[in-house]
Order: sequence, then structure tokens, then C-alpha cells
Amino acid sequence: MTYPPNAPAASAAQGTTAAPARPVPAVPAQATRAGHSPAAAPPPASPGAWAEGRELLRRAATTEPGRLRILGAVLALLVVAFGAVTAYEVADRAAYADDVAGRSQPLSADAADIYRSLADADATAASGFLAGPQESEQVRKRYADDIATASRLLVKAAASTDAGGDSAREIAVLNEHLPRYTGLIERARAANRQGLPLGGAYLRYANLTMSRQLLPAAERLYAEETERLHRDDDEARAWPVLSLALGLLALAVLVGVQRRTYLRTNRVFNRGLLAASASCLVALLWLLAGHGLARAGLNDAREHGQKSLQVLNEARISSLKARANENLAVVARGAVLTEDGKNDKYEADYGAGVDALDGALDTAEGLADDAEGRGPLAEAAARTGEWRERHAKARELDDAGDFTRAMEKIIGSKGSTGESFDQVDAALGRALAHEQAEFTRAAEGGRDALTGLPLGAAVLGVFAAGCAVTGVNRRLSEYR
Amino acid sequence: MPDGVDTTNGTPGVPGGTATPPAAAPRGVARLRGWGGVAAMAVACALTASLALFALPRAGEPAGPAGPGPGVGRGLQIRAESAETCENPEASLTPSTADGPAVARIKNRGKLIVGVDQSSYNWGFRTPPTVVRQQDGSVKEVPGELRGFDIDLAKAIAKSLLGSEDAVIFRTIPTNQRITALESGKVDLVVRTMTINCKRIQQVAFSTAYFQAGQQVLAPKSSTVTGYDSSLSGKRVCTAEGSTAYEALEAKSFGAVYKDVGDGTKDDPDLLTVPNQLDCLARLQMGEVDAVLTDNALAAGQAAQDPAVELKGKPFTTEYYGVAAKLGEDDLVRRVNQVLVEYRQGPWQRAYQKWLAADLPGIPGPPAPLYK
Repeated sequence: MTYPPNAPAASAAQGTTAAPARPVPAVPAQATRAGHSPAAAPPPASPGAWAEGRELLRRAATTEPGRLRILGAVLALLVVAFGAVTAYEVADRAAYADDVAGRSQPLSADAADIYRSLADADATAASGFLAGPQESEQVRKRYADDIATASRLLVKAAASTDAGGDSAREIAVLNEHLPRYTGLIERARAANRQGLPLGGAYLRYANLTMSRQLLPAAERLYAEETERLHRDDDEARAWPVLSLALGLLALAVLVGVQRRTYLRTNRVFNRGLLAASASCLVALLWLLAGHGLARAGLNDAREHGQKSLQVLNEARISSLKARANENLAVVARGAVLTEDGKNDKYEADYGAGVDALDGALDTAEGLADDAEGRGPLAEAAARTGEWRERHAKARELDDAGDFTRAMEKIIGSKGSTGESFDQVDAALGRALAHEQAEFTRAAEGGRDALTGLPLGAAVLGVFAAGCAVTGVNRRLSEYR
Repeated sequence: MPDGVDTTNGTPGVPGGTATPPAAAPRGVARLRGWGGVAAMAVACALTASLALFALPRAGEPAGPAGPGPGVGRGLQIRAESAETCENPEASLTPSTADGPAVARIKNRGKLIVGVDQSSYNWGFRTPPTVVRQQDGSVKEVPGELRGFDIDLAKAIAKSLLGSEDAVIFRTIPTNQRITALESGKVDLVVRTMTINCKRIQQVAFSTAYFQAGQQVLAPKSSTVTGYDSSLSGKRVCTAEGSTAYEALEAKSFGAVYKDVGDGTKDDPDLLTVPNQLDCLARLQMGEVDAVLTDNALAAGQAAQDPAVELKGKPFTTEYYGVAAKLGEDDLVRRVNQVLVEYRQGPWQRAYQKWLAADLPGIPGPPAPLYK
């Protein structure tokens, strides 16, 4: 509040007692505030006007009707301010809550989907490569769908991002490298069809582009969008401190005025002031309950929805990376080693991916709050274990020189690591859908708790101000 | 200061004024190129050597009892060890057909297990799987098989040992596991473009050399690059990380650009230095590098996959490929050498014509065997 308590009071008091002979409008009174600062040179008229206004107020305060007018004006102003500030603050929070449920969370989910589509495209391309010319229609379509999804969502994300922002930069990186990636994949396919080992080099180059450029950019975009979601969420959950303070102050002043009236006149109730107090109280309680409910809803969405979604997305990306590396390990077959030169890079990366998957599944298990959420997680964990076993078996076969059966164990349709991976992915997809529904329900519940509150607060404020003025006027009329 | 000593001793080995001065050499050398280069190098050598003579004893003194004299002496000794100069590492055991424990083990098993590569074109590579429509209309998938110069040699060894060239189990093994696979007995032999060198003969037993290779430049046919010479100046040259080719460029680059920003770190872009030599061909086709420096045998494999590139100039190093066995399995090594004696008389030439002649022409025959 930037209004000095006495300035509007003066103008309001002047408004009620207004005699045309006294030219003390509100504007000079405010102008004097600027002149009040020691540094500024006071305009010539100001000291006179300021002093005059003060004098007027002082004189008004010496008589009971004058004091009553001042009190009435202060009360009306406080109550209207309470209503207006509440309406403003709650509308602000409602808008943020609406953003959380309807805009930033879907954007964050889209970013996660871009990330997932890209990782899935990489894993699928490597599987298709291993199958060579026998690459199934299904695998080809899955890859094409992944690229199409990523492209479509990138356009969508770009449309709802400010140019020049961090998200826009990541989207630019993604748009720049995606065509390059698909170009490398097509080269890999072409060389592979001709039976040239060069195809493997291109596939690894494509994977390098994916894991060095595309996936980190997608990860940053996801982090950026999730950060925005958290910001909106924090804004929506921030307590409307000013509204609450004003509401309490208005109530306190109302009670004070009524007590003063009682002490002076022995009249217990003043209907106007009582009605004003009641509507203030209703507005305050509504504010507390509405915001409390909205907060609870958003808390629920964050704790049980968003956190789970984040962990599940991590799990899914880890499983996709592990799958891509598993395929590449067969393609490269020791051609690329870890930094220390002791292990196969892709084999090591596969292990790291599956470990990360297990870790994320554990965390998700801890966050899941119902059987419906835990079911798919247990399934995913079990399938991951199976995946590990099958992978070890495939490795063993490959090491024993049984390439045909090793390949069957990796890209075959039954009993293969590919099957396990698909099962893990499907289970994670179910878990994600469930948590997404949980999130949307809780966030929308939170948003809906604020419905009508801004309008209600404004109406109650105006009504309470009217009641207060009526109540004070009733007392004033006794002096005529 | 000991670094200075090493650098100076290394410099005379790099002739020519255009060589990039080693990082530790005095700054002034970098400005003096062309005619002044050689002289500047000589001055730099003398300067650094004299500095070393003064500095080394001083550095040695606080270390304890070692006096100035022994300090210098010890340094030279270490250098001699690290250079690992052994004479003719490609000299192997004399051929013999006598059975020993290793050969007996293989004969009992009935199969020879050989560690090979699957991604070196024309040496050891896997053909893509194919589909055959059978008479009943169903489709049968036929997996790809391993082929190449190394594979043919392995089959010839199997045929000689066990009577059938199909009595062989191929295990594709990574580069880093060639030695451990032998030591752990996972494979009997490794036939995988394995270079015989002084360090490796301490770890595995090699047969006589079956191929002579050398580092050579590969570039597009239309390129102005003519070989490992000054035509590389300003060109982007791709090598495999930690390879002999990379070391050669480090010693003498002819002004070529061959280092990635962030080499050896997590942010290594893998553009000029790549994990595997074949990656260089992908970079070359994408126009991201101008030339590739690698072993000519492998470079021939690259050229075979792209008709627009060719080997340039002449190989400037000499390396021999050998069949490796576990250290101590002398009977097996002698037996393989016996196979090689026969293999050199015809089969070698046929395999060369089949796999290598098109891209690595002009090799009259296998290297002559050298025995201990």
C-alpha cells in the first residue's frame, strides 16, 4: 500500500463534509507527499496546502461527528481495499494454477515426450540396423513415428516459447541436429544394405550426434519446461499475504469501531457495522479455505504427480539409452572402448543405463501412492530383471561364437532382450499415464478451488464497505 | 626440466623445418621456419641439452645420495628401456608339424577356436543376413557370415590342423581383448590384423609375419593430397584415438590439423580423432575431414567401401601382421608357421587377389618369414 493513511482519509472526510468554499482536494494532498521528501525543493503552493489539509483534519478530529466521518472513511477504504486486493491476488494465483494444469505441465510433458521420442528413435534405429535388410515394417514405422512425433512437438514447443529464451535456444539446437541425425541414419541403412561395415560407423556417428547433441538439448528443454512449471506452481501456491493482512486489519478496525461505539453509547449492535464485519469474515474464511484447498491440490499434484512423472521419465529414458547401447554393442563389437581402454564402451553404457533404470524404478516405487501406480512399476522392475538375465545370456552366446542365437536373443520376437525392453517400456508407459492423470486431477482440483473467489471477494468487499458507511452514517445522523 | 631433455632428444628425429615444434621447445623456434628452422632446431637442441646438464644434477642433489653423474646416467637408462628396442620382433619359431599339448587339445576338441574381427572390411567382416524363400513358401532367414583375408587364413589353418576348413569356430573379439582372450583360453588363435611389436611379444606368441603393412594416407581421388608430405598442410586429417597414425602426426604433422578441441576429455567431439579408424571414412564422406591416416591394410578396407577415395603416396612405416597364440604354446606356433610356409605358395596370392589387390595393388607377395 502506497497510500498514506491520512491522505485518502483527508480526501474522504472532505468528501463527506464537502463545502464548496474549502478547496482542499485530494490531489494537492498527494502532491505534498512528494514535496515532503527533504531532497526535493517544495513547490510554492504545497506547504500551504499541506498545512491547510492537516489543519482541516485536526479540526475535524476535535468533534465527534468529524471523528466518526474519518473512521467511516477509513473503514470503507480498508474493506474495499481488502476486497480489491483479494480479488487481484486470487485471480493472479488462479491464473497460475490454470497455467500449471493447462499449459506448463503439458509443455513439460511434451518436452519429456520429445526426449523420449528421440531416445526411442535411436534405440529403434539400432535394432533395425541389426536386423539389416530384414528390418521389419513395424520397426521402420516406429522409427518414423518417433521422428515425426519429435518434429511435431518441437513446432508446438516453439510456438509457446519466447524467442531468445533458454527453451528457444534448445529448440533451435534440436531443430538443427535432427535432420543431420536422420541423414546419418539413412546413410547407415544404405551402407548396411550393401553389407558394408561402414554402415556401423554411420550408425555410431548418428548415436554420437544423438547422445552428444540431441539428447542433452532435449534434456535441458525438459528441465527448462519443468522449471517453468515449478515457477508457475510456486506462484500459484504463494500465500496471498497482503489480502490476509488487509482482511485481518479490516476486521480488527471494525471490531475496534464497534467497541468504541459500545463504550461511548452503550449500544451493543450497529447493524451496518455488524454486516460489514460478517461479510469481511466470510471473505476472509473463503480466502483461507479456497487458497488452502488450492494449495493442497497443487501440493498433491506436485508430490504425487509431478515428482513421479519426473522419475518415471528418467526411468524411461534410461531404458531407451540402455536399449540403444545394447544394440550398438553388437554392431560395434569392441570397436569402441571406454576411456581406460579396458571395456567395451557400449556394453559399459548399457550397464549404466540399466542400473539407472533400476534406481529410478526404486525411487518411483517409493513415490507411488496407490496400487494402481505400483502395479506397472513392479511389472517394469520384474521385466528389467529378466532383461538383465537375457542380456547376459545373449552376451554369453555371442562370446561363444554363436552369433545367430545371440542375435535371436537380442532382436528376436520371443524371449529376447528386445521383448523385455518393450515390456519395460509398456509398463512405464502405463505408470506414466496413471501419474499424469493423478497430476491433472489434483492440479485441476486445486485450480477449481479458487473458482468464484475473486468475484466473491470483490462483491463482499463492496458490500461490506456499503454496510460500514451505512452503519457510521446511522450514528452520524444522531448528531443532526 | 626432465621434460625438456626428452623433447630435445626427440626433436632431431623429426627432420625438416615445417614440422610443428614440440610444445615444450622454446617459443622462439616457432617463429623461425623454413631455412632458419633446421638451424634453430639445432640451437634449441644445444640450448636445452646444456640447460638439462645444468639443471638435472641440481634437481638430483636434494633427492639424496644420487650424485650428478649417476643422475644423468640413470635417465638415459630409463629412456633406453622405454623405447623397447628389440631386434626383429617378427622373428618366430621354426616350423614343425609335431603335435604338442596345444595342438593335441585342439585335435581332441575337433574345432579350432579363432578370435577375429567383424568390422574390418575385406579382412574380417560379417556379410548382412539374407532371406531365402523355401519351397513350402515360408521365409527362412540366413544369418550373415564372416569373410575376409584373415578369415581365409584361419580356415586354412583349420584345414591343415583338423582336415576341414569348416572345423573352426569364429569368435569376434574386441581390439582390447585380443590378448586376454588368448590368456584366458577363450580362443586358440587370434587372426585379427594384429601387429607384431616388441611390447606384444612379451605377452603373446606370434607366428611369422603373414602381411606387411604400413601407415599411409587415404584421401578422395580428386584431393590435392599426395601422401604423408607437405601436401597435408592445412588439411584436416582424421586418425583413430591413440593410434600409431596419431603418434606419427604428433611427431610430424606437415602442418595438418589433426587434434580435436577437448581431445581426451568428456567433451571430445570425435571429429578428427575418432574411436575407430572406420569412423574416419564416415567423417571423410561427410566432408568433415580432408584425409585419413591409418594402417594401409585397414585403409584399403575403407577404399573398398568407397570408390571415390584411394590410398595416396607410399606407406611410411613398416608393420607386420602375425597370427597370435598364447605365450608358451610353442607347438601351436610352430604348426601355424608350417601352415604359413605352404600358405605362402599360392593360397596367399589367391586371397590377396580376392580381397586386397583392388585397393592395395602392387604387393608382389607375402613377407619372407624370419626365424629365431
